[in-house]
Amino acid sequence: MNSQIAAILTMDGVATGAIYVLIALGFVLIFAVTRIIFVPFGDITAFTALTLADLEAKRLPGTASMIAALALVAALMEVVALLRSGGASRIPRALLYYLALPLVPAAVVWATAGVMLPAPLRIALTLMLILPLAPLLDRIVFRPIADASVLLLLIVSVALHFALVGMGLLFFGPEGVRTQSLVDFSTDIAGTPVSGETLLIVGSAAFFSFLLYLFFNFTLTGKALHATAMNRTGARLMGIRPQRSGTIAFLLGSLLAAVSGILIAPVNTIFYDSGFLIGLKAFVGAIIGGLVSFPVTAIGSVFVGILESFAAFQSSPFKEVIVFSILIPVLLWRSYSFVQTEEEDEE
Amino acid sequence: MSARTNTLVAAAVVLALLAAPFYMAPFTITLMNYIGVYSFVALGLVLLTGIAGMVSFGQASFMGIAAYATAWASALMGFSPWLGLVLAVVVTCAVAAIVGLATLRLQGHFLSLSTIAWGLALYFTFGNIAGLGAYNGISSIPPVSIGAVPLVGSGQMFYLIWLALLASLVAARNLLDSRAGRAMRALRGGNALVESLGINALQVRLATFVIAALLAALSGWLYAHMSRFVSPTPFDVTMSIVFLMMALVGGQGYLLGAVVGAALITLLKNWIQDLLPLIAPSTSGQLEIVVFSALFIVFLQRARDGIVPYVAQWLPETRRERPPEAEPLPRRAQPDKGRGLMTVEAATRRFGGLIAVNEVGFEVRAREILALIGPNGAGKTTMFNLITGALRASGGRIVFADKDITRASACSIARAGIARTFQHVKLRPKMSLIDNVLLGAYSRTRSGFFAGAARLDRGEEKRARSEAMRQLDRVGLGSRPYDLAGNLPLGNQRLLEIARALAADPVLLVLDEPAAGLRRQEKLKLAELLRTLRAEGLTILLVEHDMDFVMGLVDRIVVMEFGCKLCEGTPEAVRADARVQEAYLGGVA
Repeated sequence: MNSQIAAILTMDGVATGAIYVLIALGFVLIFAVTRIIFVPFGDITAFTALTLADLEAKRLPGTASMIAALALVAALMEVVALLRSGGASRIPRALLYYLALPLVPAAVVWATAGVMLPAPLRIALTLMLILPLAPLLDRIVFRPIADASVLLLLIVSVALHFALVGMGLLFFGPEGVRTQSLVDFSTDIAGTPVSGETLLIVGSAAFFSFLLYLFFNFTLTGKALHATAMNRTGARLMGIRPQRSGTIAFLLGSLLAAVSGILIAPVNTIFYDSGFLIGLKAFVGAIIGGLVSFPVTAIGSVFVGILESFAAFQSSPFKEVIVFSILIPVLLWRSYSFVQTEEEDEE
Repeated sequence: MSARTNTLVAAAVVLALLAAPFYMAPFTITLMNYIGVYSFVALGLVLLTGIAGMVSFGQASFMGIAAYATAWASALMGFSPWLGLVLAVVVTCAVAAIVGLATLRLQGHFLSLSTIAWGLALYFTFGNIAGLGAYNGISSIPPVSIGAVPLVGSGQMFYLIWLALLASLVAARNLLDSRAGRAMRALRGGNALVESLGINALQVRLATFVIAALLAALSGWLYAHMSRFVSPTPFDVTMSIVFLMMALVGGQGYLLGAVVGAALITLLKNWIQDLLPLIAPSTSGQLEIVVFSALFIVFLQRARDGIVPYVAQWLPETRRERPPEAEPLPRRAQPDKGRGLMTVEAATRRFGGLIAVNEVGFEVRAREILALIGPNGAGKTTMFNLITGALRASGGRIVFADKDITRASACSIARAGIARTFQHVKLRPKMSLIDNVLLGAYSRTRSGFFAGAARLDRGEEKRARSEAMRQLDRVGLGSRPYDLAGNLPLGNQRLLEIARALAADPVLLVLDEPAAGLRRQEKLKLAELLRTLRAEGLTILLVEHDMDFVMGLVDRIVVMEFGCKLCEGTPEAVRADARVQEAYLGGVA
């Protein structure tokens, strides 16, 4: 391997890593606020790519019917819960949030099926379609057990991932997709060719990380989320509803997953089940950050991307093995360098 | 129901099971074999998840490692499958030990997440090693032979699988009812209590993790020689979640739940596979996993406890005899009265900028009751935690029985002879009174995991039980030793904590607000008990708020305020001290 190849591999790795950054930030965000390790995150990324590809091919994306089905179930659960707790007056509002709003982008997609929309509109529509996905899953799957232990939530999360993969195959079919390039220019940085895609990915990752930083530090909602993450009971006493914070966290998570899906779609071939591996690698990044620190998570994710890129060059069949094996030293380092807080789990 | 009826019912079930090949169709026997093989893994998960509170998504990969190890040894190298068994167990347990060492110090979800990643990594590894048949796997694995008889038919494998399973179930049951098993059961609910009992939590976690992997290894070995073919697919992460499902559906923490869960899930899977093509012919394969996952999620939302506990609540309770008297466990020699037992020199603890304990020093003399008092926020509990090792001192020195324990772990401090109770009672509510007290005797007994599983520990166990009963009697809780600790009222829970501490045969007993929440009568009884203990030669240090309780009971008092020592002396002297009066009542205007 000469320095030229190393530079290309690094560039490649940084681009992949940047995508992992977005997903890993979403993991940390959702975990901090809700204590849920949202394993299906990568699946949402993959579904985004598949949705965009369907729109490009003038097909009706499976996402539309998936969202419609989920919205129906969520609305039904919400109505039943409200009726039971005697909050019938809040039903119209619940229907608006859980049924009407998620169905709007789905309806638009139905209306424009078969029409070739311009690229920016396709991307916007994809984002709109994907956005309600994680909050709806939260309502259906996690809300009834919001107070359960982290481990139980994790088991449910893994089960949900398998359900989603199965649904992905049902709604999108087994074909892999790759969408059109978003940009089409390339340049040279210090003698290494760099594609526009790479720059776009890195730029977007930086941009959205910065937005997240602004959101958490300079908006009241962001601070409320931060407060929920630090201490749920305390936040509740201050009038912050953990459920609402959870929904916002999932909404933001959906957004991050959708953006990463749109960025990865033109550079990688995505299948209905590709999300798991993407998500897990981002996870390695999140674990490097201990599932708490946003900046360390970002650095860790870029590191994972670069490692993967070099591993793929050295020994392509074993690249996943190499990436996952670095978990051992990382976890050893974490377990011997950080003082553990007492974990009082359920009795 | 008596123990005798229990044995009879169990014997009947086992007989009916062993006669199964004579009255069941071959297909049913094959199904039973799969249930049996899966039950091993589920049993490991019951121990790991239900008992010890750790979740692993990697059990299928442990099974895979074992299956590949024996396949390699027997099909590719031509060794006997029995050698394959040895290899399978050794390799699997070694991998589990490495994985465990890397993750078990971290919070639970790190272990779980890493097992997902390693499960995948392993899948790709098997799939890419040409020497192991890559994704095509290894076929023509020889059958297991007993003597000269090869076990080829499913009826023959049936006996191997189910006899091994029965043996594993019995061993697991024995284990849970032993010293090591109690330590495993105590893991759920946090480390603070476990370490304070002299139990090395990391070691017990690691052992439990390896035992679960060992059971998965047995399963993998049986699987390889039953299906005579291995490939990466049956050992992927999906299968791991199915195993977790089996363990949880059967009943968290119930050994039989493993078999019930494995049976139910295997049958359900079969049934769904038969049914779905009728409903949705083209998409049944994908629908299967969706239906399965959805069912599992609904189960976890609605009926987390599982089937066995639900059935068990309708069964009559088993009567259990009070453990018989036995020769007492060896006791420590108590130091002579008045000798210095523990010296605290300039102990300091900082939390960031806050100094919770600032250069506090005092001495505890043998066979006295010393009270540590002070207004709220004086740093009493922090001082207490420094002594018991729950917190590390930022400076200063603590010497106990001529041994420096300033930097020692809670576990080794407990073993040195300091037993403690907690301000917020820490018991294991789902364990019986006697089991809670037996946890206290952990550091006085020796039997390990193997001795527990093979019942080689009965002599020691009998003595420990007799000791636990003595301590229960002493605090007045000896009448119903098999009640659950969680059902006791708070006052009795505090007494139970003291009984547990006494079972450790401590030199120094440290009590954190033992009278808090007690009624007047209970306080009088507690004071009486502490006096008796002092008369027997025990040294007691207590942190307390209740002045009436302290003044009439203790020999000396150390007063703290704002992290510093205010004064020390006899109760009379402390009561007369102007500084103490000011600290408690405010200055005289």
